[in-house]
Amino acid sequence: MTSILAILNNIRPEANFLSSDNFIEDGLLDSFDMVTLVTELDKAYSVSIDGIDIIPENFRNIDSIKTLLLKKGVSL
Amino acid sequence: MNLKFKGKKITGILTVVPANEVSFDDEMENYNFSAAKSLKLKLTMGYNKRRVVKNEDCVSDLCSYGLNYLLDNGLLNKDEIDALILVTQSPDYFMPSTSNVIHGKLNLKKDIICMDINQGCAGYLVGLIQSFLLLDQESINKVVLMNGDVLSRKVSSKDRNSNPLIGDGISITILEKDKNPDSVIYANIKTDGVFADALIIPAGGFRLPSSAETGRLEEDVSGNFRSKDNLVMRGDAVFNFVQTQVPPMIDSLLEYANVSIGSIDYFMFHQPNKFMLQKLADKIGVGYEKMPNNIVENFGNSSGVSIPTCICYNIGENLLNNHYKICLAGFGVGLTWSSMLIDIADLDFCKIIDY
Repeated sequence: MTSILAILNNIRPEANFLSSDNFIEDGLLDSFDMVTLVTELDKAYSVSIDGIDIIPENFRNIDSIKTLLLKKGVSL
Repeated sequence: MNLKFKGKKITGILTVVPANEVSFDDEMENYNFSAAKSLKLKLTMGYNKRRVVKNEDCVSDLCSYGLNYLLDNGLLNKDEIDALILVTQSPDYFMPSTSNVIHGKLNLKKDIICMDINQGCAGYLVGLIQSFLLLDQESINKVVLMNGDVLSRKVSSKDRNSNPLIGDGISITILEKDKNPDSVIYANIKTDGVFADALIIPAGGFRLPSSAETGRLEEDVSGNFRSKDNLVMRGDAVFNFVQTQVPPMIDSLLEYANVSIGSIDYFMFHQPNKFMLQKLADKIGVGYEKMPNNIVENFGNSSGVSIPTCICYNIGENLLNNHYKICLAGFGVGLTWSSMLIDIADLDFCKIIDY
């Protein structure tokens, strides 16, 4: 299974996600990237992240993305 | 608010789209996306082809063209039109109402009511509701409901939030009394004006008249360039509103109509973008084949016209000889959101033509 970091790197290869604790505020992800990220996460983990959960707070960093996936019943 | 209508039906739907087609590939350089990002968004959001008017074509031009098509082909009789309703947010003028302008262009009878309604993404539902209310009158037997917008003329070409999505078009829906007394149409509608600025054209009205200043392009925090004369959409807020409000609205409609989700043949929803519709379908629990999401990629989002376009494009031919139970939903500008459960069958026409 593709890791969250690998998915992020595929979306923004030029960004260093390991050096940021807030991808949105640090400019690593914009709203268009979030849409692509959700699509890739849905595919990789066979889930459908709820539309109401697609808010910046849930995509701040790898931990918050993990929390979102755990909420959807994904085993990480 | 729940609404119920008895003894009314749709008898024909025509959509008119500009023949002029622009493609996302040709416009990508305006948006400052990397090539890889553009390709991803093309797949996810449905950015592809869209139909937009050329030059200074107006809603009345497309509506008149569509009405003349129906009259010339014997699909509509001029003298039978008792009400002419136009739902638009891009009228020809502040005054007179554009429906009156169309009335004049077509030289329709004088014993008629013309009415413009200012609504956008939920405008098809608002128009249907108003039309059904008019049909309660003894003297009104046939309503011509037109939805139309040419909002591409109000979108900055350097606004990547809106420009890759916006399309133009009009639709004409014919509504009549139904002799079947058992036919019932269920609807609901909600409004929240607190978020009226979530989708707005700030200048050009009486609050902020257009001027050289309002026409000046400014860069926003995301790198979009637009002026106050342009349409601005707070995409994140609109997405959140739709995902929060629309699924419970559909649940409420089905409960009100006492109908199971499995008995509905199609969910013909407003078409903001492909991703938003897929998320709605997942949440509501219907397959993508029952909730088509292919209008943005083929025509663009033409506001309230996207619902009739979706019907004509996906099941237009089938509706000439079949009977479907259809759930309609529109949501956006206002904010306004509305849904309707309606049986549509044996239409006289249901197609898309080019202008």
